[in-house]
Amino acid sequence: MEFILFKLVLVISVFVASLLIAMYSTYGERKIAAFFQDRLGPNRAGPFGLLQPLADGVKMFMKEEIIPTNADKALFILGPCVMMMTACMTGVVIPWGNSLIIGGQEYMMQITDINIGILYVFGVVSIGVYGIMIGGWASNNKYSLMGAIRGSSQMISYELAMGLAIIALIMTTGTLSIREMVQQQHGAHWNVFYQPLGFLLFIICAFAECNRTPFDLPECETELVGGYHTEYSSMKLGFYLFAEYINMFISSAIIASLYFGGYNFPFLSNLGLSHNALSLLGTAVFFGKIFFFIFLFMWIRWTIPRFRYDQLMHLGWRIMIPLALFNILLTALVVLWRSGQLG
Amino acid sequence: MEPSLPFYILATLSVFSALMVVLSRKPVHSVLYLIFCFFTIGCHYLLLNAQFLFAVHIIVYTGAIMVLFLFSIMFINMNKESEPHKNTLIKIAAGVLAGLLFLVLLEATKGAETLGPPSPNESYSTVANLGKVLYGQYLLPFEIISIMLLSAMVGAVMLGKKSVD
Repeated sequence: MEFILFKLVLVISVFVASLLIAMYSTYGERKIAAFFQDRLGPNRAGPFGLLQPLADGVKMFMKEEIIPTNADKALFILGPCVMMMTACMTGVVIPWGNSLIIGGQEYMMQITDINIGILYVFGVVSIGVYGIMIGGWASNNKYSLMGAIRGSSQMISYELAMGLAIIALIMTTGTLSIREMVQQQHGAHWNVFYQPLGFLLFIICAFAECNRTPFDLPECETELVGGYHTEYSSMKLGFYLFAEYINMFISSAIIASLYFGGYNFPFLSNLGLSHNALSLLGTAVFFGKIFFFIFLFMWIRWTIPRFRYDQLMHLGWRIMIPLALFNILLTALVVLWRSGQLG
Repeated sequence: MEPSLPFYILATLSVFSALMVVLSRKPVHSVLYLIFCFFTIGCHYLLLNAQFLFAVHIIVYTGAIMVLFLFSIMFINMNKESEPHKNTLIKIAAGVLAGLLFLVLLEATKGAETLGPPSPNESYSTVANLGKVLYGQYLLPFEIISIMLLSAMVGAVMLGKKSVD
């Protein structure tokens, strides 16, 4: 009973946290953009403009909802639903912290630790493509369709390199469960030191999967009006934009837990704190890492211009995939050499 | 062992979506139903406690192959006017052939032994065990299949290149 109650609390808090963080990422994005461009950013609603996300949300809900006459109505609604659902599904396998001991019983701060955690993430991400494709096609608009096609081909291309980068990581850690990967990085044995090339490939692919600059071609305004969500208005548009921020949060969490030790930090066990306090501190550190990566996403967005489409495909297929394959070979050699089987 | 309630729900969904693939009017709807059908079949693997197969099925079929399928269907503008009409004789022949094939399939599966759902603690479906079986017991078939896939891939690239030039 307590077990179910704890999991329920955890599910709700992860859900609420991802929505809240996504909400305030929009605020952060605008503030950071303003800083990079020497402006002030939103500062009217509330102190420092802190109520701006709320105002934006109310605006989105209150706007008139338009479904184009020639659109496929059911699919037009299904598009943003799929997008939002897949964005919220990935948080399930991420270990948000170590365990808490309440009343002599140990509770893991992770919704579920399935033994194929990382593959689950890939599965959900690969389904996420359909949100863009369905929405773009159902709008019955050339620009939307072009945006959708671009978005999905980009995501398929970079999913390959991402998978190959992860294979090298799996070879060194020997597990598919994200929790075990995090536990192996106890202390300062972060995977980024063992897999620098893999990490670089992974983070580039994560940018491409989130459709963030420099890979935001699906919504390239200068060529495609608004991209796949040109015809969308009101909260359906809001869901598309919001899902992007949730995806950013989740991919930051995955990068932090796969390559930067998750809830581990150096000298963790030398502090002499109780188990629960250490776990909570670990969670705080984990969120610190996540916020750093969210900042990195924004930093790059406001610094680098977007690629041309053929450059994007060239990078994906001719550079990223061969590099990832090379990384696998290199990792295999090192793993064999270290286990003494190379003769 | 009797099939559980989740099995019945999933089975109904997959049969329904499989039927809708054939019955829906718009090609894009058919593809989307097919995607859903693959998804429910993937969930059947979960009921059999084969998580790895589930994940691979979702990633490969639902995620990769069907995206390409949807891609090409979206690009081809299929209208009702351009649809070629077959004559009645061919339709009847196709129906009879499909029915016969169905009978053969029924006959083939009738004799198969029924497997109950495995207990949750059984570890035969973990990735490590799967790897040991694939690279130990079935090494030769595995390697032959990979060579076949490789040659198919090379062939596909060659065909693709030809049409560009």
